[in-house]
Amino acid sequence: MLINRPPDIPSSQITDEAAYANRREFLRAAGLGIAALGGLLPIAPVMPGWGAGRDDDKLTPYDDVTGYNNFYEFGTDKEDPARNAARFRSRPWKVQISGEAAKRGDYDLDDLLTGLVAEERVYRHRCVEAWSMVVPWLGIPLGRLIDRLEPTSKAKFVEFTTLHDPHRMPGQQRAILDWPYTEALRMDEARHPLTLLATGLYGKPLPGQNGAPLRLVVPWKYGFKGGKSLVRMRFVERQPRTTWNIAAPDEYGFYANVNPDVDHPRWSQARERRVGELFKRKTLPFNGYADQVASLYAGMDLEKFF
Amino acid sequence: MRPDGRVIRAVRPLLYVASTLPGAWVVFALATGRVDGDQVKFIQHVTGTTVLVSLFITLSITPVRRLTGWNPIIRTRRLIGLTAFWYSVLHFLTYVVFDQALSPADIADDVAKHPWVLVGFTSFLLLIPLAVTSTDGWVRRLGGRRWQRLHRLVYPAAVGGVLHFLWLVKKDVRTPLYFAGALAILFGARVWVAWGRRTVRVRRTEAVAPRLRSAGEDAA
Repeated sequence: MLINRPPDIPSSQITDEAAYANRREFLRAAGLGIAALGGLLPIAPVMPGWGAGRDDDKLTPYDDVTGYNNFYEFGTDKEDPARNAARFRSRPWKVQISGEAAKRGDYDLDDLLTGLVAEERVYRHRCVEAWSMVVPWLGIPLGRLIDRLEPTSKAKFVEFTTLHDPHRMPGQQRAILDWPYTEALRMDEARHPLTLLATGLYGKPLPGQNGAPLRLVVPWKYGFKGGKSLVRMRFVERQPRTTWNIAAPDEYGFYANVNPDVDHPRWSQARERRVGELFKRKTLPFNGYADQVASLYAGMDLEKFF
Repeated sequence: MRPDGRVIRAVRPLLYVASTLPGAWVVFALATGRVDGDQVKFIQHVTGTTVLVSLFITLSITPVRRLTGWNPIIRTRRLIGLTAFWYSVLHFLTYVVFDQALSPADIADDVAKHPWVLVGFTSFLLLIPLAVTSTDGWVRRLGGRRWQRLHRLVYPAAVGGVLHFLWLVKKDVRTPLYFAGALAILFGARVWVAWGRRTVRVRRTEAVAPRLRSAGEDAA
């Protein structure tokens, strides 16, 4: 009886542990090879993720955060806002508080925010166009401001309106959207501790192209939910109409929660390209904030309320 | 050699150089950090635009030839058509490699679900037989008429390319509409050229059979 059978896989065929540990390097090299074939070698930040779920969230460089923007008020190309908002002046700035709240009125922005301390929050930012960034915002949790404004029991939604001034915002000279841009949140979404009224990024005041001087940041929703250059907050009982929903109701819902399982009619939302990377990564439900916010939508059909 | 041939001889090297310019711009812009944001989208935008522009130039060659009577211009068409093809290969490769990570299942799913991907994909497939049969050998093998008939695939490919562009744009469709307008003009020019040829034929027949005159006028 043969006790010591030879192994059916010769050791020369077994992947060396070091090589196994370096499999991503191998894929990276393979990816580079393919890129080189396409004549695309000179792309510096090659970081193949091969569609895998990744949890590394390095800050997106300042130049990308401030040079690649969707802000149609300053033009529809990604480079337009940085160019056309270069001389945008966001002081003095008035914000109107209206609707179902005790402290209605026209406030100077600095008065409105006195005593509220801006905090730094690093959030993933997922655009509905399937690209994403990681941004170190500076801002005030919206809930704290709302508390101060004393909304009435009828306040079920908050509507946010962007400045409408075609002279300062040349993109508004064409009716590409139904100006002024309005967005809205349900009250519990607005009061959620993750919801931020941003006043800065990378430790500096917000540049014009990012929505100076005041913009909404709701990290578990697609970027278009975050109204920029806000001049009005209105507390209302009925769900307000919102700009992208008016423009294309089948493509942009009121909720617009990041959801890899509900595609945009024209493209997939399953994966996204993190700006600076070549390969796409998986999109996470609620943009990775499901633990904090999924309970807000318990029992709701997320395909219907997309 | 007639002066016409000499002009074409001088133009062709210039066209070769011109055909590499979009690619050179992509490499230069990426290497010097001029591209903020989604770099893959940038590559796809430049290559896709180059495909459409090159296709449009090839489509304009016949009308220009008829209009000017300068026949040697036809000898630039293959080069420009192949430029369109090679940029469509690059465009397709960036999609397959970077967007879909070479996953056949993901590609099939994307093509089936999203009409603009399907239309772009189809247009790319249509260009392949045209590129393959672009050689003199294939023109001979197929014979002029069959070759010409096959190469009419460039029309659906161009329409598909413009639709592909139109459908991917989120809201501001001005640029794809410019392309659609240019395509409509090019198609109009071809119809006009074809119609002109027909009337020439009718006029020629008139000399032989004047009875046809009234029929020719009716058609006009």
